[in-house]
Amino acid sequence: MSEPQKTKISVRHLDFFYGSNKALIDINLEMPENQVTAFIGPSGCGKSTLLRVFNRMYSLYPGQRATGEVLLDGENILAPGMDVNMLRAKIGMVFQKPTPFPMSIYDNIAFGIKLYEKLRKVEMDERVEQALRQAALWEEVKDKLKTSGLGLSGGQQQRLCIARAVAVQPEVILLDEPTSALDPIATLKIEELVSELRNQFTILIVTHNMQQAARVSDYTAFMYIGEMVEFGPTNQLFTNPGKKQTEDYITGRYG
Amino acid sequence: MSTAMNVRYLRRRFWNIFNLGMAVAMTLFGLFWLVWILWTTLSYGATALNLELFTGDTPAPGSIGGLRNAFVGSLLMIGVAVLIGTPVGILAGTYLAEFAQGSRLAGVTRFFNDILLSAPSIVIGLFIYAVVVVPIGNFSGFAGALSLAILLLPVVLRTTDEMLGMVPGTMREAALALGAPHWKMIVQVSYRAARSGILTGVLLAVARISGETAPLLFTALNNQFFSMNLDKPIANVPVVIFQFAMSPYPEWQHLAWAGALIAAMAVLVLGLVSRFLIKDRSPR
Repeated sequence: MSEPQKTKISVRHLDFFYGSNKALIDINLEMPENQVTAFIGPSGCGKSTLLRVFNRMYSLYPGQRATGEVLLDGENILAPGMDVNMLRAKIGMVFQKPTPFPMSIYDNIAFGIKLYEKLRKVEMDERVEQALRQAALWEEVKDKLKTSGLGLSGGQQQRLCIARAVAVQPEVILLDEPTSALDPIATLKIEELVSELRNQFTILIVTHNMQQAARVSDYTAFMYIGEMVEFGPTNQLFTNPGKKQTEDYITGRYG
Repeated sequence: MSTAMNVRYLRRRFWNIFNLGMAVAMTLFGLFWLVWILWTTLSYGATALNLELFTGDTPAPGSIGGLRNAFVGSLLMIGVAVLIGTPVGILAGTYLAEFAQGSRLAGVTRFFNDILLSAPSIVIGLFIYAVVVVPIGNFSGFAGALSLAILLLPVVLRTTDEMLGMVPGTMREAALALGAPHWKMIVQVSYRAARSGILTGVLLAVARISGETAPLLFTALNNQFFSMNLDKPIANVPVVIFQFAMSPYPEWQHLAWAGALIAAMAVLVLGLVSRFLIKDRSPR
């Protein structure tokens, strides 16, 4: 972390509304490329809301809107002319509950690839294998690629979802509490995976678990009731927090 | 254990046994009628079963024949009804579940669909008689198929709406988060997740319309001869059963029972297939 890092996403004066209810208040943030940024904070602080701004997931729902600027490589993704589907090709997402599609393991991965590329069978096989290897799932499923993705265990399903996101070859991956529905061993595997994927992707992870943030992230953002309280290198934020609120939270005094 | 506790326990036990007993008794009561109906159909119908049933057409009184024209007519009309009613029902159900969530139009559509769902079939028959049969000037298989399609439509619409409603929103979001366009998400993910449920709905709707007599009396009428022309009156199983069973001729009565048996078996098979599909849907 010595050399100056390129900023991948910068957030400027972002406000977010659920109807008339303001959920994010003047968020400003610069997230560096190929690093893991964790978002922590008590329930309802807006960390998941913020994450869903980055791939415009919120725009599915009437009544939800964001104002301000979110720049991905300098381009404002909140601009009206933004092609949301192309944005989502660049910014993948993995959800709290594993969401395999009701199709085979192979087709789960191929689904996303087929949206953007027309590949021959051999090439597609390679891409599927590559994605499953990146998600550390290949060895477990290589003999049953044609079986349903719903037949996998929870942890495997979540890694399948990560593989599915990775297969599209995005630049950024959003992880929305990806381990909160998993047991400790499956959680550990996902965390190891995040550490490996950071070399190729910019990763933003929302987590309830402060230890997890400390383990996997390079930068941490602490949010409280819709505001960005503190943002900085994870080591610094956890050992020497700049704000009283941050210190109270990480020492377990509230939240 | 104190005596008071004991009394309470005994009372609870009594009510448990009583309620359980009543539930079992009522189940048996319901089953009794069903078994009786099936048994009667089987015992009267089985004796009339022979190959002639499928090769011969409805005979004149006093001669021997079969129900070939009625089976073919019914299959044709049900087929056309499914071709008309299923796409409309599935598309409308898709609109309600995928596009119109919480909108006023969706609420109104669901309300009217529920009315259509429980409308007496004779009303539908009269409607088609008034708007199709009378203006054209003759009864036709197409009018019959149309009235069956209207009976099938609300069942398919509602099942599609409900089955798509059961697809988790997170699965939709996951597809959209990959950058899939809305229609691709619906076709490749929502439909796939709800597929067997929707198919079950279509099968149950087919079972429902295959026994409908009232709407066909005004529309398809009947035809003594073999015909595959949907522009003209066409023979069909329910109306033939109705006419033959009420007739004084024993040959006709036997044919009516045979038709009833085949119709009941067909519905039974449809029911079994849909049960199989429902079982298939639960995650393995």
